[in-house]
Amino acid sequence: MDKFLQLLLSGVALGGIYALVALGFVVIYKASGAFNFAQGGFVTLGAYMVYQFGTDWGLPFWLALVLAMIVMAAVGMFLERLVIRPMVGKPVFTVVLITLGLLLIIEQVVRSVWTMPGLVLTTPWGNGRSRLGDVTLRHADLWTMVSAAALLAAFFLFFRYSRTGLGMRATALDQEAAAAQGISVGRSFAVSWAVAAAAAPVAGVMLVSRGGGALSPAIGFVALAAFPAMILGGLDSAGGAVLGGVLIGLAEIMSQGYLDVSWLGSNVELVVPYVLMVLVLLWRPEGLLGTRRVERV
Amino acid sequence: MSRGFLRRMLPSPDPTRSAGGSGTAVNPLLPSAGAKVMAALTVAGVVICPLVLKDPFWITVLGNAGTFAVAALGLSLLTGFCGQVSLGHAAFLTVGGYLVAFFGAGWGWPLPAWLALAAATGAVIGALVGPFALRFKGNYLVVVTLALIFVVTHVARNWEGFTGGFDGISTNRAPLAVGGLDFGDMSAFGQRLDRQQGLFYLSWILVGISALVVRNLVRSRPGRAMQAIRDRDLAAEVIGVSNARYKIAAFAISSAMASAAGAVYAVGLRFITPNEPLAELFLSIRFVAIIIVGGMGTVSGAIVGALLLGPLPELVKEFVSVLDVTVPGLGRPLVSDTVASEPLFSTSAFSEVLFGLLLVLALLFQPQGIAGLVRSLRIRRAGARQARTAGEGH
Repeated sequence: MDKFLQLLLSGVALGGIYALVALGFVVIYKASGAFNFAQGGFVTLGAYMVYQFGTDWGLPFWLALVLAMIVMAAVGMFLERLVIRPMVGKPVFTVVLITLGLLLIIEQVVRSVWTMPGLVLTTPWGNGRSRLGDVTLRHADLWTMVSAAALLAAFFLFFRYSRTGLGMRATALDQEAAAAQGISVGRSFAVSWAVAAAAAPVAGVMLVSRGGGALSPAIGFVALAAFPAMILGGLDSAGGAVLGGVLIGLAEIMSQGYLDVSWLGSNVELVVPYVLMVLVLLWRPEGLLGTRRVERV
Repeated sequence: MSRGFLRRMLPSPDPTRSAGGSGTAVNPLLPSAGAKVMAALTVAGVVICPLVLKDPFWITVLGNAGTFAVAALGLSLLTGFCGQVSLGHAAFLTVGGYLVAFFGAGWGWPLPAWLALAAATGAVIGALVGPFALRFKGNYLVVVTLALIFVVTHVARNWEGFTGGFDGISTNRAPLAVGGLDFGDMSAFGQRLDRQQGLFYLSWILVGISALVVRNLVRSRPGRAMQAIRDRDLAAEVIGVSNARYKIAAFAISSAMASAAGAVYAVGLRFITPNEPLAELFLSIRFVAIIIVGGMGTVSGAIVGALLLGPLPELVKEFVSVLDVTVPGLGRPLVSDTVASEPLFSTSAFSEVLFGLLLVLALLFQPQGIAGLVRSLRIRRAGARQARTAGEGH
């Protein structure tokens, strides 16, 4: 039972990280109907920026995080203006392919800027842990869950009540109709990229601190596991992103803890998110909380 | 989502070409005199290439470009003609690679056997993926096909009896003989050719076969059905085109080509080890870049794209000295494999960046790729000629 509770906690925390990454995907999807494959690159870049500002330049951690969020928002807006804006009104898929190109580039740029191996990101909570009965709670996990919950709440309010958020939802539904209503499609795109990029350093920091603080250019790899989370929950639902994240996180940790079947091989937890995603999609193609779409000819 | 899904990237109808004259096929294999000349020149070039090019580097590079072209033709059929986008293409190459290592190099199966096995296995796995394409479209399908990469890399790492696990497995002893013709030790026009030269011929024979298969497919009934599905799958279903049959067929054929290409590629590499999933993803993106830069929805585009982009990593490595220039202001070399000199990019990193840049630039400025560029030039020239003859008439 203790093992189960411990794994449950760990799984939910990992799910929180997936949710943080997936929320970035959802924002851009909500505005433009496109997958942003570069989000994983943003997560890596964001984590390295926090390292640069905080650990390397010695700024206080929270200041470094906020600074990284601002810089990343600018990077997101810049990239949007440079390569995504010309695609307004073009098939969504071209945008998806462009973000794939960006992913290739960002990953290598991170490698070329931070060449030193073995960089370590310091966080105020470090490797701290508390005991709750028989279960160990890592402070990093706690902070992950808190920030995922906070971001989710912020996104919910933003898309439900703010003019910009509503405009972004309208843009995703139908760019032309939204433009006819006086919504600036370009501005919706810009804001969505800024918001998604600004969320990336938070996800990056949580991800790195979960692994003990070691930075590596491959941490954006986790974004590939956030895809199943996002699809599982429903592409256009922020709540779905969190639900999907937690489910995938739990599945991964539980299979790590219990699924010790020799013929499945080691590290089977890397495959589990995708298998789970495919199974759920076969049952509900729009995801658990996504909007059901009716297609007309 | 489905409306105009890939339309901007596809060739526009050609106004200079009249459909169906008296007694001529509606869509001949090689539609114009220019196309016939180009096809003949390509064949001649392929035959002569290994005889005049003595540098093993170039033979290897161009041979690999051939295997890339085979796989790219498969992806072009799937994406360019049937509208199904896949990021799992690299997984099929990996499958083909391990099959040739185990059955070809390990058990000594002859060339036709291991090649057929690779293609058949690719087709079966592709046909299993096909039904997912019935349920998922666009964005969703892209991510679902990503799952393939994870499953295949997982199997490659863990099924040690078959794949050699992390240590990998050699493909070096795979037989390359068909009847009396041994690609591993052949002679042509009085010259003895080594293994790399033989592999070059083998790859480009496969390119010829694949190009013929794709070209014949797309100009006949199944191909038209696939293109109808690409343009509007629901509308196609309504007029009686079975989405299930043709999507599954497209996946099966495309995967068979990728798997066969992967087998030949692995023989050229002499050894195969499990890739990181991320590296496998990048390889898949590379094929997407190839068909987009070459020109989506055209056979020649996939081959040209593979020729230009396929060898990029090898070319960057070979000509690293040209790129090993100090970047002003930073004092670090742009590209180098000497870690001590703190280069901005290693050669492999630089070629990834190039692929990313080419993909983005092509989509921004030339979404119909090189094939589209050639096409629009020809249309413009034909338009000018028409204007001239019309002027003379008056």
